[in-house]
Amino acid sequence: MREVAIVAAGMTRFGELWESSLRDLFAEAALEALAAARADHLDSIYVGCMSAGQFVGQEHLGPLMADQIGMAGVAATHVESACASGGVALRSAFLDVASGMSDLVLAAGVEKMNDGADVTAVLASAADQETEAYHGITFPGLYAMIARAHMQAKGTTEEDLAWVAVKNHRHGALNPKAQFGREVKLEEVLCSSVVSDPLRLLHCSPVTDGAAAVLLCPLEHAKRYTDRPVKIRASGLATSTMALADRKDPAALDAVKLSGERAYRMAGVKPGDIQVAEVHDCFAIAEICCIEALGLTEPCAGRHAARSGLTALGGKIPVNTSGGLKAKGHPVGATGVAQAIEIFEQLRGEAGARQVKGARLGLAQNMGGSGASSVVHIFEGV
Amino acid sequence: MAGIVGYGAYVPRNRIRSEEIARQWGKSPESIRKGLLLEEKSVPGLDEDTITISVAAARAAVARAGVDPARIGAVYIGSESHPYAVKPSGTALIEALGIAPEVHVADFEFACKAGTEAMFVALGLVESGRVEYAMGIGADTSQGAPNDALEFSASAGGAAYLFGKSDLLVEVLETYSFTTDTPDFWRREGQFYPRHGGRFTGEPAYFRTVESAARGLLKKAGMKPSDFKYAVFHMPNGKFPLQAGKHLGFTREQLETGWIVNTMGNTYSGSSPTGLAAILDVADPGDLIFITSFGSGAGSDAFALRATERLPERRDLAPTVRSMLDGPRRYLTYGEYAKFREKIILND
Repeated sequence: MREVAIVAAGMTRFGELWESSLRDLFAEAALEALAAARADHLDSIYVGCMSAGQFVGQEHLGPLMADQIGMAGVAATHVESACASGGVALRSAFLDVASGMSDLVLAAGVEKMNDGADVTAVLASAADQETEAYHGITFPGLYAMIARAHMQAKGTTEEDLAWVAVKNHRHGALNPKAQFGREVKLEEVLCSSVVSDPLRLLHCSPVTDGAAAVLLCPLEHAKRYTDRPVKIRASGLATSTMALADRKDPAALDAVKLSGERAYRMAGVKPGDIQVAEVHDCFAIAEICCIEALGLTEPCAGRHAARSGLTALGGKIPVNTSGGLKAKGHPVGATGVAQAIEIFEQLRGEAGARQVKGARLGLAQNMGGSGASSVVHIFEGV
Repeated sequence: MAGIVGYGAYVPRNRIRSEEIARQWGKSPESIRKGLLLEEKSVPGLDEDTITISVAAARAAVARAGVDPARIGAVYIGSESHPYAVKPSGTALIEALGIAPEVHVADFEFACKAGTEAMFVALGLVESGRVEYAMGIGADTSQGAPNDALEFSASAGGAAYLFGKSDLLVEVLETYSFTTDTPDFWRREGQFYPRHGGRFTGEPAYFRTVESAARGLLKKAGMKPSDFKYAVFHMPNGKFPLQAGKHLGFTREQLETGWIVNTMGNTYSGSSPTGLAAILDVADPGDLIFITSFGSGAGSDAFALRATERLPERRDLAPTVRSMLDGPRRYLTYGEYAKFREKIILND
């Protein structure tokens, strides 16, 4: 396998982007990445998107998006793994370059969620239709059950959940592309309206439009495109049972653990080596579960991490410096690529007020459904 | 110069509190109070509809004008809850007020903007000399689906404005309209409740349209927010008009008098016209008044107005808006409300 680097990135602002369609969003992010690398050709394109078919009635995104950026003819594929679609698109691009099949590949993610669709119903199609969705279970409902299980097993409190939101909003306030450029107070989170007990509105990521794109090539070609490439040290993908009820421990998110272990093994690093991480905080409880599953904290210490500052900027292992899904926004199919871009910027020293000093090794973890799929990438600044 | 020679408003006395609706659906009353700034809303009685509300408001307008109704040459009722899909509301009104038969009548619909639309056309006909007096009315018994956010705001009421060229209570200094095809809220033929695009109704619809119209009027009139004593914007909830006013540079003091949504609710076509009536109930001669409506779909009409010496002399001839909002009220349970709003399915 060849060593692979990210050499350029492009990303739209995240938010309710009423003036931009699905294709506008993709084109803006993709063209920004191509321009940054001064690249005029591509060997292939991977478009991560969860459900343009349901959100805006558009399928067949591979050729559509290639065409949108004037690249009709290029090999282009739509990749779907629910909310992990972006991360899995990145993995597909990584494998394409690593295998020697392609030399210059665009990995992008896009989602247009604010266009009139019933967002909760569309997202619920990423749950198990026969054993979950048909019974009326929604994603806030599933994560509320995960939160309850975590509370019972590990003593996690509503306040612990609220601290995750406070921390991520604090980070998001420093990110000009974030949907929410404002901080929230602990009391605000704790008295926001209940969405699905014990999850309140400010424990939940928002409904977001946005796109993100990165350009990959063999590490040995990287200097043609940039002075500061970021190497992809590892890619780990794992699955778990589709239905939450079939898991031995609903609070454990074993696909996250497994994807992390695979990535650590491939990179030859330990959790303690990671200096900055983006994890999938679609709900506040998810960040707590993910940092535990990834070994970024002790198995029962995840609930203290945001409050103690361990995972805040300036802490030992800053998590979701971008603001995370909570504050940066969560255009589901774009999220995995946007996470990689935050780490890309951190490792290049371009994260501005959010910069983690001296970061060389970073991790991004993106998951689908209630954690039935999870993909982890480990990056290194070179 | 043409202007307003008479005005009147009507708000039914039935009310339902936000708590009562919130309790029914397991929602937090605090978040409605704090988020939407809505305390209670008016509810039409079983025998009240857009026509009865229009008649009550129009009678008040004629009383304040002191004009023989037979001299009114045009009557336009703007509403999105005309009782009949086919059969005009205005015909019942002209008979009730003794305006018939030498009169031009039309029913208007433009979501919540139909009231100012009727006013705009009535004003134009008077200015042109086509008719001596013309009346524009905005009235609604607004629909909001059960358990929709609209249920906390959709209410009943309306206001009527009689335009003429002499004995003005209010001068119309300038008007401006801003309209685009922005489908944020709609109700199809045969459907009972409207549908809406959720948050799309905010930034790209309400705020863009209202603020564009307001800025357009200020520019056209060569005026600035601080020139006005009062301002009123369409009130879909408590928050939006205050935010729009703030963005434009109006102060809370300028908005306070016309901001009646917290206890009246959103009377759709009647919303900003009734807010204007509340301002005329207290304005002093010479006061400048700014009004901008909003109708989904989407458009805004904006008017710059000035109160005359005659206004204080005539306003006591009919009930004030505040007297109807703060006067005798009857509070309904959700069950009574459901009955009054015909949300309960009965056998014939």
